[in-house]
Amino acid sequence: MKEIFSHYQGDKQELIPILQETQAKFRYVPAAAMHEISRFLRIPESTIYGVSTFYAQFKLTPLGKKLIRVCRGTACHVRGASKVLAEVEKQLGIKAGQTSDDLEYTLETVACIGACALAPTMTIDNETYGKMTTKKVAEVLGDTSKAE
Amino acid sequence: MTRAKPSNGNKQRTIYVCQGTGCISGKSLEITEALKKAVKEQGLQGVNVDFTGCHGFCEQGPVAIVEPEGIFYAHVTAADVPEIVESHLRDGKPVERLFYKDPVSGEAIPYHKDIKFYSMQQRIILRNCGRLNPERIEDYMAVGGYESLKKVLKEMTPEQVIDEVKRSGLRGRGGAGFPTGTKWDFCHNAVGDQKYMICNADEGDPGAFMDRSTMEGDPYTVIEGMTIAAYAIGASEGYIYIRAEYPLAVKRVRLAIQQAEEKGFLGDKIQGSDFSLHIHVKEGAGAFVCGEETALLASIEGKRGMPRSRPPFPANSGLWGKPTTINNVKSLATVPVIIDKGAEWYASTGTEKSKGTCVFALTGKIANSGLIEVPMGIPLRKIIYEIGGGIPGNKKFKAVQTGGPSGGCLPESYLDQPVDYESLAAAGSMMGSGGMVVMDEETCMVDVARYFLSFTQAESCGKCVPCRIGTKQMLDILERICQGEGRPEDIPLLQQLGEQVKAGSLCGLGQTAPNPVLTTLRYFRDEYEAHINEKRCPALSCTKLISFYILPDKCQGCGICARECPTECIAGGKRMVHVIDQEKCARCGTCLEVCPERFSAIVKVSAEEVDVPSEPIPVKEKPKAAAA
Repeated sequence: MKEIFSHYQGDKQELIPILQETQAKFRYVPAAAMHEISRFLRIPESTIYGVSTFYAQFKLTPLGKKLIRVCRGTACHVRGASKVLAEVEKQLGIKAGQTSDDLEYTLETVACIGACALAPTMTIDNETYGKMTTKKVAEVLGDTSKAE
Repeated sequence: MTRAKPSNGNKQRTIYVCQGTGCISGKSLEITEALKKAVKEQGLQGVNVDFTGCHGFCEQGPVAIVEPEGIFYAHVTAADVPEIVESHLRDGKPVERLFYKDPVSGEAIPYHKDIKFYSMQQRIILRNCGRLNPERIEDYMAVGGYESLKKVLKEMTPEQVIDEVKRSGLRGRGGAGFPTGTKWDFCHNAVGDQKYMICNADEGDPGAFMDRSTMEGDPYTVIEGMTIAAYAIGASEGYIYIRAEYPLAVKRVRLAIQQAEEKGFLGDKIQGSDFSLHIHVKEGAGAFVCGEETALLASIEGKRGMPRSRPPFPANSGLWGKPTTINNVKSLATVPVIIDKGAEWYASTGTEKSKGTCVFALTGKIANSGLIEVPMGIPLRKIIYEIGGGIPGNKKFKAVQTGGPSGGCLPESYLDQPVDYESLAAAGSMMGSGGMVVMDEETCMVDVARYFLSFTQAESCGKCVPCRIGTKQMLDILERICQGEGRPEDIPLLQQLGEQVKAGSLCGLGQTAPNPVLTTLRYFRDEYEAHINEKRCPALSCTKLISFYILPDKCQGCGICARECPTECIAGGKRMVHVIDQEKCARCGTCLEVCPERFSAIVKVSAEEVDVPSEPIPVKEKPKAAAA
């Protein structure tokens, strides 16, 4: 955490950027980190917990190695996002919002990634995959396990 | 097309590959690299490989344009690179098979300017998107970028700038349509030693991506517009609040800020004047409600992003209690053009009350999906059938949804209405941030209403009871209806709850959340009634209300459906008519997808029973041989 704090002055408004860096570093916001942030910014831990739970970006449990997000935006929805989601859930054996037991994958839905013209879409970490079909799911998921 | 330099002889060519998020997902980064390599290997002189931001035509991606001819290539892959380089860039013969094909006529169209999707647009906000390298400020300056800021600093007082924007009739492009000049005037007149200028780039509406594309394709114009706005209101600090879900936009905006500082367009004493402005980027953390201005302010301050009641308005008491102006990306991107070409020029486009152009993200069941910019007042029909190329697959148009989760669904009878703030509001929808999702006969309107409610219900910050609990109640009812458990009293109850949530919520989220339900109740009541009274989904979309059957006279017993069925509920055998076990069937539709087209033996129905055998029977010999 010390390294993260070195980028900041200790001002209250820095809470969200600090949480973002913490999330990026540990892939979640550990309770111990909240405690340290509280001392660094001189704000109660309860406030930090409040902010962490308000924003979808912050997780209180560790994320899997790969973050898979299936877009459920309007355009994706009308072009069959729910079928894509069901297929991903089936293949990974976890439901949206869950992380696999081996911490390999976390599956989430996202409101919109703004690639609506390619609907339905999904992302794996920072890669975007467009014009998804149930058949393409295996291919896309296979793509990443090969890259390991 | 303006920026391609004509050359001596005809050898000078530049190929611009799109590197917007959409095209990058189609591997346009690799295509760019492959092009660079191939051009180098061929030793081609006078040929440049460059990239641009989003062209707006993501459906056709990855796209590339060769200048100066203006040849447009669609669906480019890395495998096409050698042919493009050898045939076109070296020998001057464009690669015809990569031309865009008109979805209506099927004709191949070589030139960018002739493609209807583009030729019918009028681009002001998106004027440079797809036209310049979004990571090189010199490109922006070469097309007149930053001339407006120089003019403002040299020749205009803040009052004159505000007056010019007021006369242009520009209204906030974030959704509500408040006059931008008036907003600036309030903040300019507010008393305070420190004022803040904020760009709202928290584009959270599902189905809208114009702010993202603008920032990715031409971040400089947003920053220039923001600098002019800051000058007008007297702010020396600025924030751009961008969704963290848009990493590329964040990267390009940061780079553009850095370059603008280096060129003296940002920082202390800009261009030798007394005006200073520092812009910071704040990344959102995934909360839709932060698009609401007071919630956005709370988020920048490091708090939970919850809206507060107004007044006081941010113009008087905004960020840290100081006078603050918050403008949308598109409003700011328009400002440099208004200063450059004048208020009268801008006001000459559009309708009486809605001036200028608007950007829509045209998506859903539409042939040409992508970003479009059109004059205010254009009829919906023109957008959908001419620019959008109509509905694919000969399906019938059902509705168009505008304004995202805050807007509504409009039926066919509204297609000839002009699109502007007032007429959309009168129809029960709204302009919103400009999402435009087209729905065809296969889209269930009750399910669409349920979908939007599930979104707003999840995104409600929870501060106002009517929004927090009301949307939950409405969602429960809609889910019940989609499951076939609706009751006749549900319709008036939804109506009543919707009106109460609208009236009893503090911010735009709650005030508009019921719109998708109220408009579908208004225009598509028959679909609600079919779900409730007949347990039938007319669009054949709600899983609980549909069934699949295998027609005995069509099934040839090939067995593909039984092999692919995830729940193993299809019984059959070689040359046997297959039968679906309706009890076990999960209604996923896989069988319908995999049944070979020449058989088309599977039907999807709702509230109907199809006469099929109870267990597999041998396939009847076809009388085809006798006929032949």
